[in-house]
Amino acid sequence: MPSTTTEAWFAVAQIGVLLVLLAAVHHPLGAYMARVFTSPRHLRIESAAYRAVRVDPDAEQTWRGYLLSLLGFSTASILFLYALARLQSHLPLNLGFAGFDPAGAWNTAVSFVTNTNWQWYSGEAAAGHLLQMVGLAVQNFASAAVGLAVAVALVRGFARSLTDGRVGNFWSDLVRANVRLLLPIAFLAAIVLVAGGVIQNLLPHEAITTAAGGSQDVLGGPVASQEAIKQLGTNGGGFFNANSAHPFENPNGWTNMLAIFLTLMIPFSLPRTFGIMVGDRRQGWAILGAMGALFLASVALLTWSELAGSGTAPHAAGAAMEGKETRFGLGASALFAATTTLTSTGAVNSTHDSLTAPGGGLAMFNMMLGEISPGGVGSGLYGMLIVAIVTVFLSGLMVGRTPEYLGKKIGQGEITLVALYVLTMPLLVLVGTGVSAVTGAGLAGPLNTGPHGLSEILYAFTSAANNNGSAFGGITSGTPYYNTLLGLAMLIGRFVPIALVLALAGRFASQPAVPASTGTLPTHKPLFVGLVGAVAVVVVGLTFVPALSLGPVVESLS
Amino acid sequence: MSTTLQPAPSTATELPPVAPPRGSLTWRTVRDALPASLRKLDPRRMWRVPVMFVVEVGAALTTVLAVVDPSVFAWVIAVWLWITVLFATLAEAVAESRGRAQASSLRATQRTTTARKVQGTADQLAYGSGLASLPTVEVASSQLHVGDLVVVTAGETIPGDGDVVEGVASVDESAITGESAPVIRESGGDRTAVTGGTTVLSDQIVVRITAEPGRTFVDRMIALVEGSERQKTPNEIALNVLLASLTIIFLLAVATLQPMAVYSHARQSLVVLVALLVCLIPTTIGALLSAIGIAGMDRLVQRNVLAMSGRAVEAAGDVDVLLLDKTGTITYGNRRASELLPAPGVEAGHLAEAAQLSSLADETPEGRSIVDLTQTAYGRPVLTDDALAGATLVPFSAATRMSGVDLPGRPDDGGAPQARRVRKGAASVVHQWVRSTGGEPTGGTAGHPAGHPLVGQAVDADVESVSAQGGTPLVVAEQIGDAPARLLGVVHLKDVVKEGLVERFAELRAMGIRTVMVTGDNKVTARVIADEAGVDDVLAEATPEDKLALIRREQKGGKLVAMAGDGTNDAPALAQADVGVAMSTGTTAAKEAGNMVDLDSDPTKLIEIVGIGKQLLITRGALTTFSIANDVAKYFAIIPAMFVLAFPQLHVLNVMHLHSPQSAITSAIVFNALVIVALIPLALRGVRYRAVSAVALLRRNLWIYGLGGLVAPFVGIKLIDLVVSLVPGLR
Repeated sequence: MPSTTTEAWFAVAQIGVLLVLLAAVHHPLGAYMARVFTSPRHLRIESAAYRAVRVDPDAEQTWRGYLLSLLGFSTASILFLYALARLQSHLPLNLGFAGFDPAGAWNTAVSFVTNTNWQWYSGEAAAGHLLQMVGLAVQNFASAAVGLAVAVALVRGFARSLTDGRVGNFWSDLVRANVRLLLPIAFLAAIVLVAGGVIQNLLPHEAITTAAGGSQDVLGGPVASQEAIKQLGTNGGGFFNANSAHPFENPNGWTNMLAIFLTLMIPFSLPRTFGIMVGDRRQGWAILGAMGALFLASVALLTWSELAGSGTAPHAAGAAMEGKETRFGLGASALFAATTTLTSTGAVNSTHDSLTAPGGGLAMFNMMLGEISPGGVGSGLYGMLIVAIVTVFLSGLMVGRTPEYLGKKIGQGEITLVALYVLTMPLLVLVGTGVSAVTGAGLAGPLNTGPHGLSEILYAFTSAANNNGSAFGGITSGTPYYNTLLGLAMLIGRFVPIALVLALAGRFASQPAVPASTGTLPTHKPLFVGLVGAVAVVVVGLTFVPALSLGPVVESLS
Repeated sequence: MSTTLQPAPSTATELPPVAPPRGSLTWRTVRDALPASLRKLDPRRMWRVPVMFVVEVGAALTTVLAVVDPSVFAWVIAVWLWITVLFATLAEAVAESRGRAQASSLRATQRTTTARKVQGTADQLAYGSGLASLPTVEVASSQLHVGDLVVVTAGETIPGDGDVVEGVASVDESAITGESAPVIRESGGDRTAVTGGTTVLSDQIVVRITAEPGRTFVDRMIALVEGSERQKTPNEIALNVLLASLTIIFLLAVATLQPMAVYSHARQSLVVLVALLVCLIPTTIGALLSAIGIAGMDRLVQRNVLAMSGRAVEAAGDVDVLLLDKTGTITYGNRRASELLPAPGVEAGHLAEAAQLSSLADETPEGRSIVDLTQTAYGRPVLTDDALAGATLVPFSAATRMSGVDLPGRPDDGGAPQARRVRKGAASVVHQWVRSTGGEPTGGTAGHPAGHPLVGQAVDADVESVSAQGGTPLVVAEQIGDAPARLLGVVHLKDVVKEGLVERFAELRAMGIRTVMVTGDNKVTARVIADEAGVDDVLAEATPEDKLALIRREQKGGKLVAMAGDGTNDAPALAQADVGVAMSTGTTAAKEAGNMVDLDSDPTKLIEIVGIGKQLLITRGALTTFSIANDVAKYFAIIPAMFVLAFPQLHVLNVMHLHSPQSAITSAIVFNALVIVALIPLALRGVRYRAVSAVALLRRNLWIYGLGGLVAPFVGIKLIDLVVSLVPGLR
C-alpha cells in the first residue's frame, strides 16, 4: 500500500484532472444543450418519431399538459418494465432466470423509471440480457431525459413572461434530449469504455474450470453500452451486483475516471444552459458556483475522512481499505463515493457500508442535500433552483423588497409549491426510517445492530427518496416490506417534486418579469452563492441532525 | 398644491428617528397590554399563527404530563412554554395598544351631533343654487344618508364626510390631522372634501354627504389604527407558509426521532421531545410576525399617513418608480427671486433698492421673495414707514401684472428733491409703462440720459436668458420727476428646489428607485429644474392622461409605481398606481382612489413611505434569519443532553459545557422564550434602515442577524445554564 501522503497527492491530482475536464466541456456542452432545447427545427428522425406517436412537437403545453404527458409516459414505462420483469422467464435472452416476484418487479420498475436505479437483486443472478437491454438500459435513457425535460421547463418558466403557463412541449424535449444529447455521447463513451476493457457481448454467464481446477463464473453481456448511459444519465444501476467495483464494468483507474467524468458532465454543464436560456449567464455562474462549492467541500471532507481512516479496523490494516478496490485506491474510491451520492447516480466502486463512519455519514448527508450539487441530470438543476428560491425568500426580505428571483416574484402561491417540495423528501426519509426502526419487518433488514444498523436503514430510505439508488450495503432489502416501501419512496420522491416544479414553472411563465435595479437582491454575486450553499446545508442539517446523531455521528465519535 | 392658509414650510423630511416613548417597552405598556394578551391565548385565535399554535399545544401537553407525573423539570418546562406563548401574544397586544390612543382621540370626533338637513324637491337639491336659503330640518348626524345635503355654519361641527357643493369656509381639521392651521374648503375645484367631525370656523357651506354613518373616513381610520380590521398582507401570508412548512419539517424530525431513539435504547420522555420541538420551530419570528406588521402600519400613522391596506405598505417597499409633482413637492410652491441683473450703468444697489420698493405692495410669495433677496443678498434694510411717508402703493393685480410705488418729492425735509415712481412687472407690461412716460424701452439711447446706447438690448438679452433658463424675468423701471422712465434691470425669479432633496434623490437612486418629475411646464423649464434637483426623468406639459399613460407604461414593464395627488383629475392615476398617496386636502374622489392618505398633505412624504415599506420587509427578513440561525446552537444544547446517557461519546458535542441534560434543555427553552421579549422593541421599532444598495443592506443585515443569530444563543444559553444549574431538581 502506498503511504497516506502519496494517496493524498494522488487524490488531489485526480480531482485536478477531473476539474480540468469538466471545465473544458462546461462551455460547449452547456451552450449546445441550450440550442437543443430552444431550436425551432426538428431532425428528420425526430419528426418520424413524432409522427409515429402522433404528437405535434410544436404545440406549446401548459404546465398541466406537460405534467400529464410526463406522467402518462412514466406510467407506461413502469407498466412495461413491470411486465418485462415479471414475464422474464417467457421471453428470449433470459439466460434461464425466473421472472421477478411482484414486489421485486414493482421495486425495479419504479426504481429505473424514477432514475433511482436502486437494485435489490444481483444483476448477474437475476436479470437476463433482454431485461437489461430493452428494459433497464432504455429507462436509463428515458428517465434521464425526463429529468432534463423538467429542468428545461422550469428554466423556460423563468425565461418567459405572461404566457398563461406554457412551458414547452414534453414530447419534443424528451425526444431531443435522447436523440441529440444522450444517445450520441453514450455511444462515444461506450466505445471508449470497450477500448478501456469493459466487455460488450451477448454471451451468457458461464462457469468454467480454472487451470488450478477450481470453478469460476465468467460473465458476459452488453455491459459497455449500459455502463455509458448508467453514468451519463446519473442512473447508477449496475449490470453486475458489484456495480462499478466489478472489473468488467470498471476495469481500471482510467475507466474509473471516465465514469466519474461522464456522471458529472451534464449536471455541471446545465447551469450554463440555464444562464443562456434566461439571458443572463452570470446567473448560471452563480448556480454553478453553489454546486461546485458544495461538491468540492464534500469531496475534500470525504477524501480526508477516508485517508485519516479512524476506527479499529483501518488502524489494524494500515488504511481504511475494507470494501474498497485496491486497483482504485482510497482517493479514487472517496471521489467516486462523493460523486455518486452528490449526483443521484448511485453507482458504487466501493461498499459504502465500509466507508469510515464520518465518510458514510457524509455520503448520507450528500444525498440529504436533495441531489443538488450538481445533482442528477436535470433534477440537480431544478433542485438547486428550488434552494435558490428559498434563499431569495429568506434573504430577499432583508434588502427591503418582497422576494424575487430572476424577475419573478415569490409570492404565496410560489412559496407554497416550494415548501411542499422541500417537505416531500424529509417526510419520506424520516417516516420510512422511523417506522422501520421499530417494526419487525423493518428490523429484519439491517445486518448490524446499534448505530450502524440505524445508519443502514436511514441510508436506504435516503437513497430511495432522493432517487440516488446507491446502497449502503449491509441491509437485506429484497424483502416484500422494503421492496414495497422503498418503491413508494422512490415514486413519491420523484414525481411529487416534479409535479411541484412544473406547477412552479407554469406560475413563473404566467408572471410578468420585474426588471432588476440596484435595489434588487443581486443573485449572481459571491455573497448570494455563499448564501445558497449555507441555506442548503443549514436546512438539511436542521432536518436530519437528530436522525444522523443516532447513526453516523455516534459511530464517528466512538 | 397646498391649500393651508399659511403654507407650512415643507422641508425634506428625515427617516426613522421614531418618537421614542412609543417605541420602547415599559412596564406600563406591558401591564396595559396584559389582559389583551391573555385573551389572545384562545386556541381558536392562535390557530391563525401555526408556529405559536404548536407551542400552545405543546404547553398544554406538558402541563398534563407534569400533573400526571410531577417533577421539577416537567413543571419548569410547562411553565416556560406557557410563558413563550404569552410573550408572543404580548408582542401583538403591545403593538396594538400603541394605535389605541390615537383611535380614542379620533373616536371623540365621532360623537353624534345635530345636523341641519336641507329640505327641498329633488330638482332643487340636484341643480339649484342658493341651497343655503332652502328650509332645513334638524336631524341626528347618525341619521344622515349618502346624498343628503346639510348646511354648516361657523362654530358647527360637520356631521359627516362629504363634498362642499356651495360656499367657502375655513375649517379646523386639527382633530384629524393634528395640524392647527385652518384650511379652506370651497365648492368646485379640488378643495371640496370635508371630513365629519371637523369644525367650520368661518362662513357657511352646504355639504353633500358622501359616506354612510359608521363607514366614514374616521371610522376607517379608527379600525386601521386599532388593527381590528387588519388582514394579513401577501408577503406575510407567504412567510407564514414557509414558517408553517418549517414547523412541519421539525414536527416530523422530532416525531420520527422517538422510534429511532427506541431503537437506540434511548427512549425520550414526551416533555423532552416537546421541548426539542419548540426550540427548533421558528418561534421567534412566529411570535413577532404580526407585531411587526402592526408596528409598520403604526409607523405610518405616526407620520400622519393612513394606509388603507397593508398590501400598500408592502408595495411601497417594492416601488421602482416615484412620480413626483414638481410644484410643492420638488420645488417650493412658488417661484423665488434668485438674482438681480442690473442694466448697464445701473449700480446693483440701486436696482436692489428699486426692486424692494416696487415689491412692497406685492403680497404674492414672489413679491415677498424679492424683498427677502434684497435684504439677504444685497443688504438693503427694509424701508421704514418714515421713509415711505406719503407714498402711494400700487399693488400687484392680475389685470396690471405690475406693482410699484409712487414716492412724493420731499425737498423740504431733506428727502428726494423730485417725485419718484418705481414699477416692476413682466417685461411687456413694464415696456408699455415706460412708453407711457415718453421713454423708449427697447432700443437706442432713449430713456437713458447717461448715454448708454445699448441699455434696451442689454435688458432684453437678460430677459431672454432668464426665460431660456426656465426662470421668470421681471423688469424693474423708475421715473424721476417728469423725465421719461428708464429701465433699471431684471429680477430673476426661479423655481427653487427644496433643501435636501438632491441628496434624497441620490439616495433613492442608490436604492434602485427612479424618480420622475411631473409638471405642466414646458420641456425647457422642466429640464432645468429636473437637472437641478437630480431627478432621473421628466414628464413635461403633463396632462392627467399623460400621467396615467406613464404609470401604465411603467407597470407594463413590470415596475411598481408610487405617486401622490390631490385633485379629482388625479384620481385615475392614483387608482392605477401601486402606491397612491392622496393628500388629505384633496377631493373625495382622490381619497377614494388612492390606497393611502397623507393627513399632512405633504407629497414629499412619498419618499418616507417607501422607506417605511422597506423597513417593514427588512425587519421580517432579519428576524426570520435570526430565528432560524438560533437553531444551530439549540441543537448543540439539546441533542447531547438527550442521548448522552445512551451514548457517552456525545458529550463531545456539549460544547457549551452545560451542567446537566435537564439544565441544558431548560436553558434552551428559557432562552427561546426570553429572546422573544428581548426582540419585541426591535419588532416594534423596526430594523435600522439606510438608503443604500441592496448588496450593502444584505451584507450588513446578514452580519448582524445571521451571524448574530448563530452566536447569540451559545452565549445566552450558557449564561442561563449557569443560573438554572443552581435550581434543585434541575441539577
